[in-house]
Amino acid sequence: MLTAFIIFWPLIAALVLFAARPANTRMPALVAALIELVVSLILAAQFVNNEAVQFLFNKPWISSIGISFSVGMDGISLLLVLLTTILVPLIILSTFNSTSTKPHTFYGLILLMQMALVGVFTAQDGFLFYLFWEIALIPIYFICLIWGGNGRGRITLKFFIYTLAGSLFMLAGLIYLYFHTEGVHSFDLQALYQAGRSLPESEQSILFWAFFIAFAIKMPVFPFHTWQPDTYTVAPAQGTMLLSAIMLKMGIYGLIRWLVPMVPMGVHAWGYSAIVLSVTGIVYASCIALVQKDIKRLVAFSSIAHVGLISAGLLTLNKIGMQGAIIQMLSHGLVVFALFYIIEIISERAKTRVISELGGIRNVAPVLTTIFMIVMLGSIALPLTSGFVGEFLLINSLFQYQMLLGAIGGLTTILGAVYMLRAFQRMMTGDTNKVTALMTDLSSTEKLVLFPVVAMIIILGVYPGPILAISEPAVNNLIQILSDFTTYVKP
Amino acid sequence: MNALYILCGLGVLSLVAEIVSIKRGLLFFLTVGIAVAAGVAVMDWNSTQSYFSDMVVFDNFALAFTILICILTVFWFWMSRSYFHNETHVTDQAALVLFAVVGAIVLTAYNNMAMLFLGVEILSLSLYVLAGSKRENLFSNEAAFKYFLMGSFATGFLLMGIALIYGASGLFHIDRIAAFAASNTGNLPGFFYAGIVMIMIGMAFKISAVPFHFWAPDVYEGSPTAVTAFMSAIVKVAAFAAFTRMFAFCFASSYTSWLIILQVIMILTLVIANITAVVQTNVKRILAYSSVAHAGYVLLALVSTGNSAGVILYYLAAYASASLLAFCVLIEHENQTGDLSIKSFNGYFKANPFLSVALIIALLSLAGIPPLAGFFGKYFVFSLALNQGYVGLVVLAILTSLAGVYYYFKIIVALFSDPEEARVIPLSASTRFLLWILFLVTVGLGVFPDLVNVL
Repeated sequence: MLTAFIIFWPLIAALVLFAARPANTRMPALVAALIELVVSLILAAQFVNNEAVQFLFNKPWISSIGISFSVGMDGISLLLVLLTTILVPLIILSTFNSTSTKPHTFYGLILLMQMALVGVFTAQDGFLFYLFWEIALIPIYFICLIWGGNGRGRITLKFFIYTLAGSLFMLAGLIYLYFHTEGVHSFDLQALYQAGRSLPESEQSILFWAFFIAFAIKMPVFPFHTWQPDTYTVAPAQGTMLLSAIMLKMGIYGLIRWLVPMVPMGVHAWGYSAIVLSVTGIVYASCIALVQKDIKRLVAFSSIAHVGLISAGLLTLNKIGMQGAIIQMLSHGLVVFALFYIIEIISERAKTRVISELGGIRNVAPVLTTIFMIVMLGSIALPLTSGFVGEFLLINSLFQYQMLLGAIGGLTTILGAVYMLRAFQRMMTGDTNKVTALMTDLSSTEKLVLFPVVAMIIILGVYPGPILAISEPAVNNLIQILSDFTTYVKP
Repeated sequence: MNALYILCGLGVLSLVAEIVSIKRGLLFFLTVGIAVAAGVAVMDWNSTQSYFSDMVVFDNFALAFTILICILTVFWFWMSRSYFHNETHVTDQAALVLFAVVGAIVLTAYNNMAMLFLGVEILSLSLYVLAGSKRENLFSNEAAFKYFLMGSFATGFLLMGIALIYGASGLFHIDRIAAFAASNTGNLPGFFYAGIVMIMIGMAFKISAVPFHFWAPDVYEGSPTAVTAFMSAIVKVAAFAAFTRMFAFCFASSYTSWLIILQVIMILTLVIANITAVVQTNVKRILAYSSVAHAGYVLLALVSTGNSAGVILYYLAAYASASLLAFCVLIEHENQTGDLSIKSFNGYFKANPFLSVALIIALLSLAGIPPLAGFFGKYFVFSLALNQGYVGLVVLAILTSLAGVYYYFKIIVALFSDPEEARVIPLSASTRFLLWILFLVTVGLGVFPDLVNVL
């Protein structure tokens, strides 16, 4: 019941904002997001740590074609729901310093987005999953289109069509599986699992690509990433935060929840190719990030590199890789949120995002510099930050899988250190110039947003045990399913 | 059938109103009358009745489409008040529209080739006049003339086909022809099949399938916008009801002879209409091509045998409601600005948020974005086709619908681009209410698609 509540609550809140158009929209939006956070924390407290799907809510919806409104959470879902419900209030809070046009539309769309994200992470019905997956696209598209920068019309349309194209192939795959479910056809997750696993390897391979492309576009994995840098750059700060911190996790979650258990033989057959693509993306995106002049674009490319590592580690299908993927999803969400927010703060004050035009910010804004430092260290996976735990596990799993891939994947950390430290050095150290001389340090609202995130980055890095424990039963279950299916042959 | 009587009565009444010059409140009265007709049709549900020695059969199929047409007509009268008030001959035009609706309903319920022909002609003749009802406008005249020429050409094909079928079977009744064809498979004369193809061509003109669609964009663009809305929603529904009755029921047993032709027509319709729409710069013209393109998706449902009637009904209901919603915005926009190019919508969202949201919802539904009605329409069609093993056709339909997303979104992007000439458009409470209703229908059909799951 509470699961249904955390899906519908943001929707109701958004509709109320659209309809009532209160003079001050920020506070109601923030309160709505905080209520959502509290409820999700209650759910986390009630969560029993085993592999079962909990808090199930199942009502028949379109019974003529076997679609039901079925939502629930296991450990993996719970962690991602928590990531969403923690970050959305912070995203709303991060707007408190700036004024936007049409605020009720803006906050309403953010809350709609939250509804769709929570829906994606909790859906236990294939059709419902697809529906939320697509609905998530609409608010973020309009956030980018209405409040985006120059060239937003063309860039956001590319983004929209790109992601829609991917998900339509996923839809075709889902319908195909639906017609292979036993007895009365249904979109129930377990029925789809059974249907997928009963197919021969050749068909599973086709389905693997139909799903993988949809997920790969969302993350994005090389070579399906071409929409991403432009969209991240043109989107308003809050849009970029939503896209990078939460929305790309939809793709990784899709891999874990839908692709791997549904077509295990397809994953065994083609997983290697997918890993090679992901690892290629790591090197490719890192190299491009090295030469970026715009700090926002740099972080966008670094995000491709990090996500590439997550998907590669995940597809090695060993336990360390999967656990690493889950913790790194959370860590990346926190880090990239903080990074984009810091970039927004700097560019708002300096009126530029070009790295070479900035410099000496440390002299005028020490608190900002310290925060940026910690977040950046989290991004380049320094020990005792959350990034370290995730990247260590992921690279470890890649090494176990194949030495060479592990070595190449390890480049993320090295190249990441290079471009991030260089950017940090140029922007923050040295003498102030006329652009940065008048910059002020963090305001109290900005501190309110950044301090909890930084705290979480450090806590996750020092003591990741509880988080890993939440997802462990679900991951074990997944490993069990995979080993039941085929003996895994290393390429 | 009672619904048909009521509509005929309303048409005649509207003509009489001209003589006794009662114009005030006439439109409201007609709208209520049509709503009553819809109610009467609902009461007849599940009672299959035939009239005039089986020439018309009101089974559930006919009733479902009749109800849909009546409801759409109510909405249409509601949104087209300005059209009637700007022209002098309110009563004549209202009567013509009502007679067109009568023709449309005959097309859903015919059980005889003669009734099919009558239905087509009643519908078309009224439309020819309506298309040209902006008498001083050159484009409107062109539209009427073009429509008339092409339409009569199509009717010629249709008649020729009917004659050939009659020559082969000696029958006019649809159900008897179906039985005759089923029992004589293999030894039917060649001209029976020629007749089927002729009828298919004649009807393909009416549903504006490629390559018989050339009239559609020009006629849609030239006609008064309200008439375009009528053609794209109500006429489309009727034409497809007729098409389904003919090919899913009458010629079902001899499908091997026409299936491949229909598939080719379908592929052409999807590809050419969607690609041509991409380069259009006028919103009305984009909607015209989109209407042609949507015919392609319905044809995909038709070529997938099985329970296609229910899917087609849902698809058309979803398409028509979204289409009316879009046209409702266009009519308001045109009344104020007189311009329907994409450019005239630049920066629209800032000045007219409500109209913009309505237009966006309509376009999202037409593009097939969940959870709106248009998405489920496409979903049902695709899953029907996949169930029949038409994987290639579904992939093609998916790709063309992506092109669709592109041209619908071109309009949406314009709404948010930097304002150039954005003007605030005043909305009456009644229009606002209508937009809300159509909006809720589009969303409601999507969230509860089982509501229309009656066939």
